[in-house]
Amino acid sequence: MNDRDLIIDRYKDLLTTYLNGKNETALYKGQQFSRKLIEQQISPEDVVSHHINVLNEVFPEMTEEMKDAFDFLLEVMIGYGFAYREHQSLRTRQRQLESEIEVAASMQQTLLISDVPTVDSLDIGVKSVPAKKMNGDYFNFVKDDKSISVAVADIIGKGIPAALCMSMIKYAMDSLPEQRMQPNLLLENLNRVVEQNVHPNMFITMLYGLYDTDVHKFFYAGAGHEPGFFYKAETDEFEDMFAKGLVLGVSRTTKYKEYEKQLDQGDMIILLSDGVTECRTSKGFIERDEIVALIREHMHKPVQEIVDSVFTELERLQEFELRDDFTLIILKRMV
Amino acid sequence: MNLQISHEETNKVHYLTLSGEVDAYTAPKLKEMLVPLTEEKNTQIVIDLSNIDYMDSTGLGIFVGALKSTKKNDGTLKLRGMTERVKRLFEITGLTEVMDIDNEVKGEAR
Repeated sequence: MNDRDLIIDRYKDLLTTYLNGKNETALYKGQQFSRKLIEQQISPEDVVSHHINVLNEVFPEMTEEMKDAFDFLLEVMIGYGFAYREHQSLRTRQRQLESEIEVAASMQQTLLISDVPTVDSLDIGVKSVPAKKMNGDYFNFVKDDKSISVAVADIIGKGIPAALCMSMIKYAMDSLPEQRMQPNLLLENLNRVVEQNVHPNMFITMLYGLYDTDVHKFFYAGAGHEPGFFYKAETDEFEDMFAKGLVLGVSRTTKYKEYEKQLDQGDMIILLSDGVTECRTSKGFIERDEIVALIREHMHKPVQEIVDSVFTELERLQEFELRDDFTLIILKRMV
Repeated sequence: MNLQISHEETNKVHYLTLSGEVDAYTAPKLKEMLVPLTEEKNTQIVIDLSNIDYMDSTGLGIFVGALKSTKKNDGTLKLRGMTERVKRLFEITGLTEVMDIDNEVKGEAR
């Protein structure tokens, strides 16, 4: 006798015990028994078929109608079993896909990670946290002899398409070294690449700037990105960083305007993604002046601690459930 | 968090009135409704946004896609009646420069 036959025998025992005594224990044993059935990969339609065989033995005088009814049930269960097995195989496939996404996500993080440069004259802090597995926000620093360039971008659309699009942005930027010094030209070139290559529903917002560490000027251009702030130490005031321009990927011939800002000792450049200002709390949206207030509250700290603290506070206000990717970058002129 | 869309057609102009929120969750619903209209030749679409109190960037993406699609098919797309929050989103992204937006008609007769 093999395992399957044993199980069928056991089913017969359990069923007859229950039919004779109708007690709770037998019922409970029957429930326990279903685990055994799953282990042995006995399908629901097989169970019904065994059930019919046992009934035929126990009640040989069963009416034809009853028998027909059981045959009908058997047919239904065959269809059910079929759908169930399909469902199971889809679930397995889904688990495989999930683990592949996880691998892709971690690959993306390694590919796109940008080192935060260290320079004597600047204190730089960065906090970038994805809401889901993949980050739709992107930032990048490039440092050379007398300048630091910084880009912060938000890829619209979520998940994998956004992540793939981001890799494209990174490689496009790497292949435009000669435009690095001219923020408006860099955006114009990037816009052409994006316009040709992304899905019509997707676009990218970006702020790109170049900080000249010799003369302490910040040259920048914006493509529809959430405006950042400048902090002026002398007057102790925050002002909006306006850099008007159309988002990347909408119109091939878009021109961008370059802006510049002189920074004095203690001044700060604050760049962010709309996940910072669009974050929703139970009381409504976080307004821009609330972000400013948060930065002001932690302003006395080293810059990395400021961005960390602002994130912690906003995370708390959203009850620790980030709805959008969050990126906050601060550059502060130290000397 | 929901989006209602009503659609009427008068003299070959499609009028869509949206209310609720256009975000990552509701955007597919809008897309499903809007895309076939934008793919008609010489189509005219007017979308009223006065009852939209929240739109996120995914929602914005649907309008960008619709704009491109109507242009390709020689149609027009007009947005009107934006609330302040929605208007700000279109302004920051520079889309006010490339889209036909009429916010003056809010509350007035067509």
